[in-house]
Amino acid sequence: MSDTRTAPESETESDPGPATESPESPEAPQRSSLRGLLRLWPYVRPVRIRWGSAAVVAIVASCLSLVFPLVLKWIVDGPVADRDPGGVWLGAAALLVLGIVEAALFGFRRWLVARPLAGVEAQLRADLYRHVQRLPVAFHDKWASGQVLSRGTTDLMLIRMFLAFPLTFLIVNGTTILAGFAILLAQDWSLGLVLLVPVVPLMILLSVFEAKYALVARKAQDQVGDLTTVVEESVLGIRIIKGFGRHKAQSQAFRELSQELRGTELLKARLLAGIWAMITFIPEAAIGAALVLGTIQVADGGLSAGTLVAFLSTALALRWPVESIGFLLAMTQEAATATERFFEVMDAEEEAEDAPASSTPSVRDGLRFEGVEFRYPDAEPDSVPLLQHIDLHIRPGETLALVGATGSGKTTLTALVPRLHEATGGRITLDGRDITAMPRAELRELVSVAFEEPTLFSASVGENVLMGAGKEAGDAELRRALSVAQADFVHRLPEGADTQVGEQGLSLSGGQRQRLALARAVVGEPQFLVLDDPLSALDVHTEALVEAALRRVLEDTTALVVAHRPSTVLLADRVALLSGGRITAVGTHQELLRDSAEYAWLMSGERTHEGADA
Amino acid sequence: MTTIDQEKPARAADDAEGTESSESAESSEEIRTKAADDLFDKDDLPSPPGATGRLLRSLLHAGRGRVALGVVLLLLQQVAVQAGPLLVAYAIDRGVPAFREENYGPLIAVAVGYLICSAAAGGLQYAFLMVSARLNQDVLLDLRGRIFRHAQALSVDFHERYTSGRLISRSTTDVESLRELLSEGLQELIGVVLSFVSISAMLLWLDLGLGGVAVASFVPLYLLIRMYRRRVGVVFGARSTAVAAVIVKFAETLNGIRPVRAFRREKANDEAFAALNRRHELTNGDSLLEMARYVVCSRLVANTAVAGIVLWGAYRVASDTLALGVLAAAVLYLRRLYDPIDRLGMFLNSYQSAAASLEKVAGLLAQTPTVPEPASPQALPANDSEHPGRKVEFDGVRFAYRTGGEVLPRFDLSLAAGETVAVVGSTGAGKSTLAKLLARFYDPTEGRVLLDGTDLRSLAVPELRRGVVMVTQEAFLFSGTVAENIAIGRPEATREDIERAAKAIGAHDFITSLPDGYDTDVRKRGGRISAGQRQLVAFARALLADPAVLILDEATSSLDIPGERAVQHAMHTVLKGRTAVVIAHRLSTVEVADRVLVMERGRVVEDGTPAELIGGEGRFADLHRAWRDSLV
Repeated sequence: MSDTRTAPESETESDPGPATESPESPEAPQRSSLRGLLRLWPYVRPVRIRWGSAAVVAIVASCLSLVFPLVLKWIVDGPVADRDPGGVWLGAAALLVLGIVEAALFGFRRWLVARPLAGVEAQLRADLYRHVQRLPVAFHDKWASGQVLSRGTTDLMLIRMFLAFPLTFLIVNGTTILAGFAILLAQDWSLGLVLLVPVVPLMILLSVFEAKYALVARKAQDQVGDLTTVVEESVLGIRIIKGFGRHKAQSQAFRELSQELRGTELLKARLLAGIWAMITFIPEAAIGAALVLGTIQVADGGLSAGTLVAFLSTALALRWPVESIGFLLAMTQEAATATERFFEVMDAEEEAEDAPASSTPSVRDGLRFEGVEFRYPDAEPDSVPLLQHIDLHIRPGETLALVGATGSGKTTLTALVPRLHEATGGRITLDGRDITAMPRAELRELVSVAFEEPTLFSASVGENVLMGAGKEAGDAELRRALSVAQADFVHRLPEGADTQVGEQGLSLSGGQRQRLALARAVVGEPQFLVLDDPLSALDVHTEALVEAALRRVLEDTTALVVAHRPSTVLLADRVALLSGGRITAVGTHQELLRDSAEYAWLMSGERTHEGADA
Repeated sequence: MTTIDQEKPARAADDAEGTESSESAESSEEIRTKAADDLFDKDDLPSPPGATGRLLRSLLHAGRGRVALGVVLLLLQQVAVQAGPLLVAYAIDRGVPAFREENYGPLIAVAVGYLICSAAAGGLQYAFLMVSARLNQDVLLDLRGRIFRHAQALSVDFHERYTSGRLISRSTTDVESLRELLSEGLQELIGVVLSFVSISAMLLWLDLGLGGVAVASFVPLYLLIRMYRRRVGVVFGARSTAVAAVIVKFAETLNGIRPVRAFRREKANDEAFAALNRRHELTNGDSLLEMARYVVCSRLVANTAVAGIVLWGAYRVASDTLALGVLAAAVLYLRRLYDPIDRLGMFLNSYQSAAASLEKVAGLLAQTPTVPEPASPQALPANDSEHPGRKVEFDGVRFAYRTGGEVLPRFDLSLAAGETVAVVGSTGAGKSTLAKLLARFYDPTEGRVLLDGTDLRSLAVPELRRGVVMVTQEAFLFSGTVAENIAIGRPEATREDIERAAKAIGAHDFITSLPDGYDTDVRKRGGRISAGQRQLVAFARALLADPAVLILDEATSSLDIPGERAVQHAMHTVLKGRTAVVIAHRLSTVEVADRVLVMERGRVVEDGTPAELIGGEGRFADLHRAWRDSLV
């Protein structure tokens, strides 16, 4: 009957980020699961006709199986008893036709929903993907990627299963049970009433079960989440684990978590086994009672043998629909949890809508920070902001180096320019236009960034670099960018710029990745460039070459460069010192070395050593 | 396994790092390993023939008692359930006439029998579910543990190719599909087989002829099942490839969200994802349609058989060769006989899906660690000098990819105990490979790496890690607190030890300024701990580990100058007397070294004290000049 009953919960609930994100209270699982599932309606709506037809087909097919016993009764009581060969043929032909119709309906139902439900799952996934791409970076900082990922895979699969099977069959089996009881009561109302007696205790048992099962299922999901985290980190941190010989400890932690999960799963199994046993026993006992009473009636002549056979046959045909209710509800519960998890992400707010493109005329003014303040969204509201009252002006074509101690907020400051984080106070202008008054796409086209951790995507080297430019950019731009970044190694890769890199491709060293990220930042010849410590992984020789090439690019680009070293600082015309969340000094390298003790401390350590060395 | 396993190390990241020198060699290397890479890319590691079945059997082996118990319980349960129609036949054929003769015995027997049967059906159902749940959970525990432990034993180069996403998928989704097979599929199968057998037997017992026809109908059903398995196997294969592609794209986007946003990749990504998603949707639909096809065909066969049997039976009743009660019972059984065919479809579905998953798991488990643990570990000789450092020797060491690309030609090298050795050279010169041989991330192709005269390969892991610890450029933080992250260096360390290590490396100040100090959860604030701060934590970890030999591979690249100075200071004080190998781009680090090795194309081309080399005419002198020019 069911398709695959796959994967009730798989991953990660342990730490879905902000606790407020999950509004459902576990105390009211029944109502909240219904409410949660209703939210799927917009996705089901486009396929509602096919889905509805399939449900109707399923009901018809299911009722058809109740007609079989009636035909059998007719054969036994009629032609067989009357020794009428023609009637027997007729009966068998009727059975065959019913059988063919039933088979066709079964197939038809599946055919009706196969593609649409795969489509619903795909649509949910596409929406989730679309949505997470547009969620603020702050969201991604809080949510482990595995948490989001599991929602896009296992949870969506559970939802599809639910639409295909439990939802349909709760309706179908419910209808079948009702129709079956109607037939039973029509056949013999007193025997029918006997079978109706156990319905009340079963309903009570089911609701108790449902409430308990919801809690345990959720707990199991949490624990699978913890387990996934350990697996993920065991790979991401494999060098550390190996380097410190900690894999035994890691395995130990993994084993403990799996043991806990096993305990919860067994608890779940016990609940399911208990309800299943009751659902088997109670109706069966009722059928036994009906049999005894029916036999007495037959003996008294109040009932024909054929009617009793048909009655019991109908009752037995109802056994499966009744038994199935238990695990159908269990699957529904799991789908409800999956839906809840899905919407936890979908409810997170995307980056605010772009302001309508303002008509502020653009003047050549460079990049300007005016009283910019920033505090992370989850920081205490009364805490001291990470960045306070930043005033900074980078003139058109000028390169400004940003220097500060580790953790002083340099990277955060650079992230404000392309609005990866939103400044919580003050404003930033590009050529006189407030960046919040510009569509993000336009802003990010104007500003190009090279990040501290260079990320390459699964694509060719060429595609990775050309991401930084418009569609019109081609080979010439690529070559120029690669030469600026001194990334000539690309030409010696097996397939040159067509070599696949990224997670699924050739692994490159940190220095190589960094140079490609730099090429990506400069390929579009952006007006504004933000470079976060762009040369940290390069050796001295390559660094010198990159700097020489970069200097030419920076001549007519307005640039903000985070620097740790004097060599990088020298790319810049001026330097700003970030300290204690404020810009404490601005000037040339020499001026700051002279005037700022902190700057001298940050930069001059090497100078002292060099002197000692020479 | 063989081919792949041999060629895999060629993809190791640091050794593919070649820029200037070793690149051409590596290029051809890459081409040669391309075929092997495809298997990684397709997520299709080969396993020896029969490995999937062997894996399943070995997993079930420990629980075979439970399997037997489960089968018996289910058998009894089926007996209890299937007795129903028999009691109906008895009640009609015997109970009714007896009752009419005021003999209530048979009817009471029916009543008692039915009550017992229904109670047994329920009770046995419970017992069976519990036994099978225990069995399933133990198998899953075993399988999860095997995957995890094996993955941990595999070497670093393997993980660089396999990616965390795939391992997650192995230990969650694939384990999950086995769970399904075991918890539902196995029950289905046992149930299906038992009810086929018991109902067939019952039918044969009721009437040989009718039973015979019913049994004969299994032949076309069997053929259908075979066809379904073959067809759906292909579809499942395609589906799992499609879903892997979707997951990888999803994960990559999540992990690279900053550049995605900054370079406005959202629309392009939406399109690329839509294509992958569409492919998954199609294969997904295909698998559902295959199931529909199976259901139609098998139902047709079953219903035709029912009609035929009823027709024949009715004729025989009419000709008085069959009792009416027998026909009634047979007809009741017949419908039940074919009830399980849908469930059989479900079983086949989960079986094929689990088989596909287990094949992938078997492929993973078939990977042999390229750096195996010793069978009979040796201990390091007692260190009786006043220094904690130990002597390192590379004895006739050569390192090449198994396909032949040579990274380090045969060389001998000896590092004195307590010596700080800086290794410089352009990217791809083999520095990282040298470090990884010493840390035993790789084993040499030829020759031995000795620590105080003991081959690294004969040291057990705990002994090896008391000897050698390596700190790399990527400083990963595990979820947990900052203190826990530092304590990875020495789990038994006290809070004082941890703080002392952090202070020594200059990390104490930033840690105490975090919201909860040393108890700050790094995951929650992971985005806020900068690259430089992470490197400081990594250093504190290494300090705490207190190894005889410390390897720093570009471990200071993200530190600012004060941070770098704190590290250098620590090397003078805390790390004094340890043997240290320092790979650094910045020559400032080199200045603390007692000795400098300049590498090029896998060879040590210069070797001497910093002063000697700076004063000379060699490459190091050039590099040093270039570096000094870069300082102002």
